[in-house]
Amino acid sequence: MRSIRWLAVVPFLALLVGPFFVNRATPVLGLPLLLAWIVIWILLTSLIMAVIYVADPANREGEP
Amino acid sequence: MNGALPFIIAAALLALALGFLASRGKDMNLEQWTVGGRGFGAIFVFVLLAGEIYTTFTFLGGSGYAYGKGAPAYYILAYGTLAYVLSYFMLPPIWRYAKENRLFSQSDFFVHKYDSPALGVLVAVVDIVALIPYLVLQFKGLGIIVDVAGYGSISPTVAIWIGAAIVATYVMVSGVHGSAWTAVAKDGLILGIVIFLGLYLPFHYYGGLGPMFAAIEHAKPGFTVLKPHGESLWWFSSTVLLTALGFYMWPHSFGSIYTARSATVIRKNAIVLPLYQLILLFVFFVGFAATLQVPGLTGTKIDLALFTLSVKTFDPWFVGVIGATGVLTALVPGSMILMTAATLIANNLYRAANPAADDRQVSRLAKLLVPVVALVAVFFTLKGGQTIVALLLMGYSFVTQLFPSLVLSLAKRNFATREGAAAGIIAGVATVAAVSLSGVNFHSLSWLPAPVQDLNIGIVALAVNFIVLVVVSLATRRAAAPAGAAAE
Repeated sequence: MRSIRWLAVVPFLALLVGPFFVNRATPVLGLPLLLAWIVIWILLTSLIMAVIYVADPANREGEP
Repeated sequence: MNGALPFIIAAALLALALGFLASRGKDMNLEQWTVGGRGFGAIFVFVLLAGEIYTTFTFLGGSGYAYGKGAPAYYILAYGTLAYVLSYFMLPPIWRYAKENRLFSQSDFFVHKYDSPALGVLVAVVDIVALIPYLVLQFKGLGIIVDVAGYGSISPTVAIWIGAAIVATYVMVSGVHGSAWTAVAKDGLILGIVIFLGLYLPFHYYGGLGPMFAAIEHAKPGFTVLKPHGESLWWFSSTVLLTALGFYMWPHSFGSIYTARSATVIRKNAIVLPLYQLILLFVFFVGFAATLQVPGLTGTKIDLALFTLSVKTFDPWFVGVIGATGVLTALVPGSMILMTAATLIANNLYRAANPAADDRQVSRLAKLLVPVVALVAVFFTLKGGQTIVALLLMGYSFVTQLFPSLVLSLAKRNFATREGAAAGIIAGVATVAAVSLSGVNFHSLSWLPAPVQDLNIGIVALAVNFIVLVVVSLATRRAAAPAGAAAE
């Protein structure tokens, strides 16, 4: 279903708005929280893009 | 001849050799030279796109920024990720249109979409202006690498001249094919070196990442998070947004899109490429490790952090290996940038002035322009004065001004008219130029609220750009409609 593409907004919110709430140095996995947040969201973004890709009808038709 | 130098020289020669080998036996016409005959598959496109990310900027600029500024360096991690999300949606239509219309460059795209050769010329000019700081930072990086890794035996000025000459020669022969092969070699090497340095240095000096960050937080509280003013949260968000939107506006990045074999390939890359950004972490770790180990580098010298720490930690031969890696990181993107600038002038400025020019003339002119552009960049490099990151952000402020008119043109009905597009671009570029040249800093305008003072200038210019685009498009649309009605 094409509307799955709206999931793509989530990484934007997480990385542009999220930092306002996690701007701290508290260690998470050895990294300051702000940095850990960004790293985790990079991984999640990749996952989200994979989900979108699989669900997107445009990738299934033999579209060139 | 000390231990580090042979490795650096070997790297340069290897890069040249790879360039010559890759081009042998291939008939170098204009299309081959710039977009490799459009036959590249997913892996090559991946390598090419990824290869462009790992430049001197990543290697030296990224570590330098982490060393000198701390948390603001995190923007570098975030913007690429968002750019790739955007690419999933934005790139396939661009690719398809370019293929159908046999386009060579980004400027061609605007000419076709807006049916305006003049707009194409404007875009080409903006591209060339933006590319200069980008090229300067590559040459600056080369100067640093050869200077520090050569233990001062080659002067930075000479190093820059040598580097520029090698890049120019390399480009003139091989074009995109050469770049892809060297990029594969380069990425393998930089990955290995960066991961090693990023883990070894924190563990060697601090006993681990956690202890390292704890030590930094103790010695420099607040260094690993964003400050309340200056490079603050507002600066961060506006800079990430600016650079995410501008990521594919660079003419060479745009050009790489054309080499994909299919839209599906492009979308697939959007899944994997964000992960590649994580490699940047290692470069930050090096910068952070250096903060307490080699303190005292300030201003533009922060770009020397990685090498200064390497010189302190390792034997000359290994410093040479790191230096060789660094040379490749400057050569590959440097060559792509140089090639793009030369092609832009030849294909989009010269051909616009002389429409009768054929492909052979244009490609010959492009090759001749390569040393000319290199010279201009060397001139600015030798003038000096900016950190690597500051240079790149300057380039971004210009090139992102192309985003509104590009993205609107992808819609089924383009809201922007050619006059609106041109006016918007000019307004945005003028804003950036005015602020940069006058040295006015938003922070000196104390009547502005603090968050606005922190905003990246490019974003402010983008807003101006968009507003002007809308206003002018509405005006010219209305002017065209009565004329159209009268003609019917």
